[in-house]
Amino acid sequence: MFTVRENRNDLGKDLCVVVADSIIDSMKENDKVIALEADLGGASKSTRIKEAFPERYVQCGIAEANMMGIAAGLSVKGFIPFVHTFAPFTTRRALDQLYLSGAYAKNTINIYGSDPGFTVAANGGTHTSFEDMAILRAIPEVTIVDAADDTQLEWIVKTFATMEGIHYFRANRKPVRNVYEKGSTFTFGKGNILKKGDDVLIITCGQLVSDALDCQETLAKEGIHCELIDMFTIKPLDTALILSEIEGKKALVTFENHSVIGGLGSAVAEVLSDHNVHIPMKRIGVQDRFGQVGTADYLQKAFGLTAQDLAQAIRSLL
Amino acid sequence: MEQTQKMELQVLAARIRYDVLDMLKHRGYGHLGGSLSLVETMAVLYGKQMHIDPKHPDMEDRDMLVLSKGHAGPVWYSALAEAGYFDKEWLYTLNDGGTNLPSHPDRTKTPGVDMTTGSLGQGTSSAAGIALGQKLRKEDRYTYLIVGDGELNEGQCWEAFQFIAAHRINNCIVLIDENKRQLDGYTKDILDPFSIPDKMKAFGFHTQVVKGDDIQAIDEAIECAKSIKDQAVCIVLDTIKGQGVPYFEQMVSNHSVKFNNEKTIQAANQAMEQLQAFIAGKEQ
Repeated sequence: MFTVRENRNDLGKDLCVVVADSIIDSMKENDKVIALEADLGGASKSTRIKEAFPERYVQCGIAEANMMGIAAGLSVKGFIPFVHTFAPFTTRRALDQLYLSGAYAKNTINIYGSDPGFTVAANGGTHTSFEDMAILRAIPEVTIVDAADDTQLEWIVKTFATMEGIHYFRANRKPVRNVYEKGSTFTFGKGNILKKGDDVLIITCGQLVSDALDCQETLAKEGIHCELIDMFTIKPLDTALILSEIEGKKALVTFENHSVIGGLGSAVAEVLSDHNVHIPMKRIGVQDRFGQVGTADYLQKAFGLTAQDLAQAIRSLL
Repeated sequence: MEQTQKMELQVLAARIRYDVLDMLKHRGYGHLGGSLSLVETMAVLYGKQMHIDPKHPDMEDRDMLVLSKGHAGPVWYSALAEAGYFDKEWLYTLNDGGTNLPSHPDRTKTPGVDMTTGSLGQGTSSAAGIALGQKLRKEDRYTYLIVGDGELNEGQCWEAFQFIAAHRINNCIVLIDENKRQLDGYTKDILDPFSIPDKMKAFGFHTQVVKGDDIQAIDEAIECAKSIKDQAVCIVLDTIKGQGVPYFEQMVSNHSVKFNNEKTIQAANQAMEQLQAFIAGKEQ
């Protein structure tokens, strides 16, 4: 069960610290949980894990493909590995290892892809991942989640630590605005209805959930009532929820910090197509462009991913 | 090694070589050259060195093998069948739809196969992970990592070797099958590897070179590797692609062989007859 916070303006903890501390908590519960790092321990604060459990912190150096393979080997021996690097390096650089040594071989690897999409900020276009979810969606049996805030992220990490399979979670390293009350729990593969409304269905995920809530409130004042779903699990997708909530709506908008090709918007459009649902729809996301450098705020605006961009898109559909 | 045991391993090697020829001839094609170069090594591993129980393939603290050069699946399947993991009839199902013996090893399908490989280079990292896992679990066990010399073109091998050496994962015994040929020709012509033993030494490995058809030498090298406590270990197997059958050794392109002509089928039949005669002679 989850509860949406009334006050959403305060920032939570550094999300990378949430990941590290949640892994440490899981390590206390289970001596098979192990963490692997590719020379980003300072950047991701995973060095906290090294301090707590030095034996179960494996420094792989700048060799992401090797790290993914080592994680697969540790899984063969019954360990539950967590690997971290920036989102593009987990997915683009170590993809064949993730695919074959990991997914195809039915091993367990929990993958933290940090700083997805515009949250890359100063690391720029070379480190930008607008396609990580698209890449992974095409691989069978992979679970993909985009965390909305620190409460949800903590639940995600601790729950993945108890599950078998390939699990990819993407999240900023920095703090983001809180959405959920502490102690909220979730279900993988189930979307969360955060607001009810009769006019438009907004489906979103990740840290844009906050912005979507802002947009929902703005539009409500204009008499446009939006229903808002946090579809934090992009795969497996909650098809049933999409089909039930689309009933009676005038339009549908997806909103994601990712390319419109292959991500949440594509996945939702596929559901509509497969089930012969006809409704005006817009996919708000990155429009088939490469990343660039700048502050996260600048990039969010530059790629058209603000609450105002979402509101404008919805107005144009009605 | 005692003479009796040496003879037993020679017979096992002959059986494995026979099985490889038999299964690929039956299938009509397959990765022959790089399978035959590993016959004696497989005989030593499955006939003597590995701590395993073929009747209980999932035995908790078993030694593990990762065949990073996954295309040599046929020689592994032959060794596993001879060791008693499954019925030898399975060998005739290689690459059939729905088979338990796919061209490249699959841990979800074949008893005795602990890691899936086929995309070259990847087995080096997963073997490092398995060996590290054995160490962390305080199991006094080994992971045997078999890598091809052509495979060393893959950068991932060198990432993994750095890791194995730096972390001193000395229970990961790296066996490099230097059969000097890859799919498109001789390794020195495709992408000259220069001296593989020198490279491994430079990477921090205790490195031995042995003749890859010499059962006693392979066994002694593994014993020596097991005695090294403070360093990663590597054995470079000086082999011939197509090893043990002159016709196939001399075949210019023997990475994948088609048994679709009289000459090749006859060569295989002749080799199999000789192997059978050798086995019968030793068993009398």
